[in-house]
Amino acid sequence: MKATVQTEQRPVANVSPERGYVSPEVNIFETIDGYVLEAEMPGVSKSDLEITLEGNEITIVGHRQNEAVLGMPLFQERTLADYRRIFELDPAIDAARIAAKMEQGVLSLMLPKSEKVKPRMIKVD
Amino acid sequence: MSSLTRWQRPELSTWPGFGRLTDLRDEIDRLFESPVAELARTSHLLSGWSPALDLYEDKDNLFVKAELPGMKREEIDVSLHEGSLSISGERKSEQKYKEAEVYRTERFFGRFQRTVTLPTPVAADKVKAQYNDGILTITLPKTEEAKPKHIDVNVT
Repeated sequence: MKATVQTEQRPVANVSPERGYVSPEVNIFETIDGYVLEAEMPGVSKSDLEITLEGNEITIVGHRQNEAVLGMPLFQERTLADYRRIFELDPAIDAARIAAKMEQGVLSLMLPKSEKVKPRMIKVD
Repeated sequence: MSSLTRWQRPELSTWPGFGRLTDLRDEIDRLFESPVAELARTSHLLSGWSPALDLYEDKDNLFVKAELPGMKREEIDVSLHEGSLSISGERKSEQKYKEAEVYRTERFFGRFQRTVTLPTPVAADKVKAQYNDGILTITLPKTEEAKPKHIDVNVT
């Protein structure tokens, strides 16, 4: 039985129409020990991050601090909305051992699997 | 030897389409729900990584902000040539997770390059670049002639 880390793309417009969020791009890997999720949120520092775990859903929010206005914009491609994305976790993940690291706008979330779920060798006497 | 020409704030129309492209995209976003906005962003899948870029101006400087998350300082190249600023580099995908099964890859890796034509001349030797939280901020001080000058009006 293989449970997966799913992404729930809730229609963001319905959740918070006045704020308007942007979904960060992610890479998700699975190893024997657990999952690793990398989310790109340039402009977000460690203190701007909000990661909440509720049941088996993890919500990642990155606030882009109102950046210092650098003058008049001549052209703008960046959307200055906050980042937000919700993921449904594989029940095998040990929530107590989830760890997060933030470096140059990339959040690395380590989601280790519970020990009892990992494949074990059973010796035959 | 620079000639005396009237200093003009560059109009958006000199960069064909930039202002209008953003308006068009906003229009499309308003017509549909956010899923289409997501689709518009992934169209760059076909053309490679094109980091988002902003250009600002105040009376003394031009500023460029580019989104380049997850890179190392040494992987980013910034150069100025004949009034054009070029930002390029390569983001290497690290194989730091051994025996990993890939579930989802939305992030880009590989080479990128963006070039911006600067609307006013800048002092190349005074340009500064800083990389923080995945954003590259480049400050380009204008040359003295390019700064707005106040001219007294005399009445005889």
